[in-house]
Order: sequence, then structure tokens, then C-alpha cells
Amino acid sequence: MDSSNSGTALYRVMVRIRAFENAAEAASQGGVSAYGQQAAGAAKVRGPLHLSTGQEAVPAGVCAHLRASDYLTSTHRGHGHTLAKGADLARMMCELFGKASGFNGGKGGSMHIADFSVGMLGANGVVAAGLPIAVGAAHAQKLLKAAPGRSQAALPPPGGGHGLPGPGGSGANNDITVCFFGDGAINRGPFLEALNWARVYDLPVLFVCEDNRWSATTASGPMTAGEGASARAASMDIAATQVDGNDVFAVHETAARLVAEVRSGGGPRLLHALTYRVKGHVSVDLAAYRDPAELAAALETDPIARARGHLLAAGVGAATLDAIENAARDEVDTALAIADAAPWPEPGAAFTDVQTVGAGQWY
Amino acid sequence: MMMKDLSYSEAAVLALQHEMQADARVVVLGEDVGRGGIFGQYKGLQQAFGAERVIDAPISEAAIMGAGVGMALAGLRPVVEMRVVDFALCGMDELVNQAAKNRFMFGGQGRVPLVARMPGGIWDASAAQHSQSLEAWFAHLPGVVVVSPSTPQDNYSLLRAALQCGDPVVYIEHKTLWGLRGEVNEDLAVPLGKARRVREGHALTLVSWSKQMQACAEACDALAAEGIAVDLIDLRTLWPWDRETVLASCARTRRLLVVHEAVQVAGFGAEIAASAAEATGCRVARLGAPRIPVGYAPVLEAQSRVGPEAIAAAARKLLG
Ligand SMILES: Cc1ncc(C[n+]2csc(CCOP(=O)(O)OP(=O)(O)O)c2C)c(N)n1
Repeated sequence: MDSSNSGTALYRVMVRIRAFENAAEAASQGGVSAYGQQAAGAAKVRGPLHLSTGQEAVPAGVCAHLRASDYLTSTHRGHGHTLAKGADLARMMCELFGKASGFNGGKGGSMHIADFSVGMLGANGVVAAGLPIAVGAAHAQKLLKAAPGRSQAALPPPGGGHGLPGPGGSGANNDITVCFFGDGAINRGPFLEALNWARVYDLPVLFVCEDNRWSATTASGPMTAGEGASARAASMDIAATQVDGNDVFAVHETAARLVAEVRSGGGPRLLHALTYRVKGHVSVDLAAYRDPAELAAALETDPIARARGHLLAAGVGAATLDAIENAARDEVDTALAIADAAPWPEPGAAFTDVQTVGAGQWY
Repeated sequence: MMMKDLSYSEAAVLALQHEMQADARVVVLGEDVGRGGIFGQYKGLQQAFGAERVIDAPISEAAIMGAGVGMALAGLRPVVEMRVVDFALCGMDELVNQAAKNRFMFGGQGRVPLVARMPGGIWDASAAQHSQSLEAWFAHLPGVVVVSPSTPQDNYSLLRAALQCGDPVVYIEHKTLWGLRGEVNEDLAVPLGKARRVREGHALTLVSWSKQMQACAEACDALAAEGIAVDLIDLRTLWPWDRETVLASCARTRRLLVVHEAVQVAGFGAEIAASAAEATGCRVARLGAPRIPVGYAPVLEAQSRVGPEAIAAAARKLLG
């Protein structure tokens, strides 16, 4: 597929993620860091910003096989997943700026980026928290498929309705849930509970471990007993596949098989993608704790550069790839301008969407 | 009008049966629910609705609660069973950080209409990890409704209301009320957030909920024999709590006593007492357990119990 349209499509997804995050990082300079340093000047993107630089091949390769009615749960490092799932880039930037026109109306920011209209059920500030939610969504997909009469459309919306496309929205009724998580998440109980759950009920869920070798400022390897995500999945009879997570074509090909298996009712699968976290844990973290040689080696395998080389070798013109990169930068520039100009939420919005019962009783 | 004599647990089963019939999105998940739940509060439901809708779960409280959140987001209306409130703590991130905050954090994109049942209170001779009353924790949590019914009728009507409301609900039945019998009117709707006046009086306002209503009723009998007429209010819903009813009563009686089984320190009684004092200037007192874990031996367990005598004594003191 390397030289086909889908090769350049994957390239486009990765490049858009990189451009978005580079811009978000620049817009976060001068703000308050998650670790308490405060610099002069007001950053436009505030608070912790977790960048997925260097990891773009994983969401690009996996989400290429998903449709809007498939569900996705994500981590604190969720920009790439959200964009790859089809979310609007400018509205994402608005959310990072905290503006009313952001996906969450400025209530969530980067760490809670979400677009329910494309099935992206949210980035999560709690490590491993997306896993049980994903198996619940997959469980619902399975139940709703078994009893189509139980579909949302046929019934009044739950408590006022939400923006979800709904299972089977595409009509195919074999939707699945994909769940991204980091290598650090596999040491929390909800990971184990969720994998067990998925196998026990044979749910249509694909677990994707983005193994970037670090967990905040600690290397994951020494903190993980045994062989890690794949071995733990195998111990629960969930077939796991390892892939070079910096090779978008390999991710794409492997995910194609796994998504098809899950979609056809084969039960849960796990994809263990080996990648690398190029930046610090959050944008203000310079990652001084890690060996520069490790980073240098990792940069040799940058997924975007690799894909570019691959596409060029396969006969795609440099001008085509340059045009993709320029288009991404233009799109991001436009998004920045839109986000900048967008209005803040009304202060009163802090009191909306808390709950219906007892709304108004704040004290 | 359909009247039935039911136990507190049978009333809950009937409520679920009606809701599951009326709404195909309602599912139940939890440990041992297929066999009817450890208190019989799901009895017969798996036979009636199938194992796909009454789902036996592994011992995975985090996954039960978290899956409930995911199911709710994907269009179902799960009832998640935590066995006892003490074990619900193993699913606390899923309740506190996920269920309660989802709608707000994602700007209204999501809704989590789940009911988390977590029986609370002292369970005789069950010691410190099976006897807690943690309702104040949940009342402290924006995004959830907190319900604690004291009678079969309320357990029937409030469980139905909880399932219909669309918000995440923390539903705390009492671990020792399951056998309590009473008349249940199947057609009676009880709205969330409305208290019930159990007795009328002018001397004092007494507010409580759940099992403690029984001790309060006994105390009221003793006080009545002394000529003290108490306005006894069953709060039924802790959040939102019925300020109107409670504060109107306090304005009339000028005296408020709040009684709960939970530890007194930082309990929900403090919230009601402070609100009443602020709004009406009435005299307030609260009565709860000492801040100790519940002990096993009867004599130790008794130290955590708030009985009718202590309630009557606190009332007299407030009047004196
Ligand atoms: C339950 C919990 N514990 C700790 C944290 C703080 N924290 C945020 S991200 C992170 C590292 C997570 O590592 P990993 O899962 O490998 O994901 P990565 O950051 O590498 O993408 C930590 C410890 C948290 N958010 N949640």
C-alpha cells in the first residue's frame, strides 16, 4: 500500500498531529507548568500539555480502520488519537485555548480532549481509567447488536441526549471500541480488570498499548515485572501482537488484521506498539533525567521521516509530500487564529452540565 | 391503586422489574446478581430478563463501575451493584473522577445515567470493613445524586426515580433493612430531592434518613410521652436535599436536631445544621457516631450505634 493513496493519507494524519502539537507547545510557553514553575506572560494553552511527538504512527495506523460509529477511549496524551479519529482540528485548538467553541466548551482542555460526534469518548487524566470505560462501551455495543430493538434511536434519549453517533450508526452494526493506553497503565488494577472483563464477555474491543518506554519521569521497564503488556494479555487468553510502532505501514497492516478480527466477532485483541516519547512528559519537562544518547537513537526512527523516506522510495513525489506538510501547517495556523479570536465561555457556563437533579442548588 | 405487602428488598426487585420492562436499555451488572444478589435485591431478574441484561460480573469493582460508565455513554442505563459501600471504594476513581465528572468535563457531550447501588451502614457483627456509612463523601461530590431510602415504599419509588433521572445516582440502601416489610403502592411516584414528614410537631425538628429513622421514631415516642411533639423528617435524598421542607420546619420550631448513623465529624448532619442556622438562626445540634471504626464485639459495636435514648437525650438538651 506504500505508494497508494492510503500511504499518503497516513502521512497526512501524522503530519497534522505533529503540526498541531508543535503549535500547541509553542502556545503553551510562558504558562504555569504542571510542576509549579511559573513564567512571566500568559500562555494561550495553559496547564499540563502532554505531547505525543514521535508516537504519531500508532493512532494514524490504527484509526485508519475506524469509522465514526466506532468508539475510542484515550489517555492524557490524546491529541493524536482524537485527530486520527476524525475530530475537527480547529475545534480542538479552541478547546486547548479554553474557548467556548472548543469541543468541551472550555471545560476540559488538552487533558480531556474529546469529540463524541466521532465516537472519541475522551482523553483521561487518570492513568488506566479509559480501559474499564472502553470495555463498558464495547459491552454495550455487543448487547445492542444482540438486541437491535434496544437501540438508542428507538428509545427516548438518556437524560437529554448526547452527541454520540451510537452503535451501528453506520448501519453495519459491527462497531468496535478501541482503547489506547500507555505502558505505565498496565501496572494499575483497572488494566487487569478490563482485560479480564473483555475476555470473559468476549467483547469487540481492541486494546492498544503505546509503549513509549517512559512513565512521567521514570523508565517503565524497571517498574514492570515480566514481559509487559503482551504477556499480560496472553495470560488472559487475549491474543497480543507486537509491532514497530514507529513504522506507520506496519501499524496499519497489523491493525487491519486485528480490527477485522475484532469486528467479525473474534473477541478482544491487544496491539503492543513499541514507540518512543520524544518530548518530556509534559511540555515544560525537558526530560533532563534521560540519557541524550537514548533520545538521539530514537530520533533516527522518527515515524514521519521514515514514512517520508518510504513514500519517496515508492515513487511518491517530494512535492506531494511537501504539499501535505504545508497544508497541515496552514490548517494549524488557521486554527490558531480561530482559537485566538474565539470568545471565552460565559462564566455562568461553570454551572451548566453538572447534573440535572438539583441543578441550581450549589450550596 | 396497586398495594402490595413487600420487603425492602422485594420492593427494589419490583422497581427494577418495572423499569427493565419499560426500558430495554436498563441492564444490571455486579457480583452475584444472577443468583438474586446477596440480599435478594435482584431475585428472579436474571430468569426474567436473561443473563445478557442481568450480568454476573467478576470481582472487579473498578471494572464494574467503569464498565457502567462506558455502557451509559454508549446508550445503556446500567444499575451497578457494589455489594456494600465499603467495596465501592475499590471503584472510586470510576465513580468520582469518571461518572460524576463526565458530563461537565466533556462540555455536555456525554451523559452517565447509571445507578450505583452500595448498601451502607452497620451490618451486625461485621466489623470495620462492612459497616460504614459514607454518604457524606458522595454528597460532597458535584455531579451525583445521593439517595438513601428508609422504607419499602421509598425503596420502590426512589429506585424507579433514580433509574429515570439521567444523572449518576449513588443509591445507598441499608444493609439491615432488607427484611423490613411494608405496604408498597406501585403507582406512587416519589420525586428525588423531596423529604417526607413522618410526624408533625412544634417543639423540635428532627431530621434523619435510612435505618436511623427507626431509632428516631422510637425517640419520638418517648418524647411524646413527655409531652414533646417532634417534627420528624425523613430526608430520603441527601443530594439534592430538601432545604425547603427542613428550613420551613426549623423556622417554625426554632430547634433542629440531625441524627445519622455515620460518624458525626464532618458528617452530612453538619451541612444541614449549618444551613439551618444560617437561614433561620435556629438552635442546632447533631448526633452521629464517634470517629472510630466500627468494632466487632457487641460491646464495641454498640459504641458506634446511635440509639433512641441518645436521640431523646439530645432533643431534651436542645430544648432545655
Ligand atoms: C492514577 C494516576 N496515577 C498517576 C498519575 C500521574 N501520571 C500522569 S501520566 C503518568 C505516566 C503514565 O505513563 P504511561 O501510562 O506509560 O503513559 P505515557 O505518559 O508514557 O504516555 C503519570 C504517572 C495519573 N495521572 N493517574
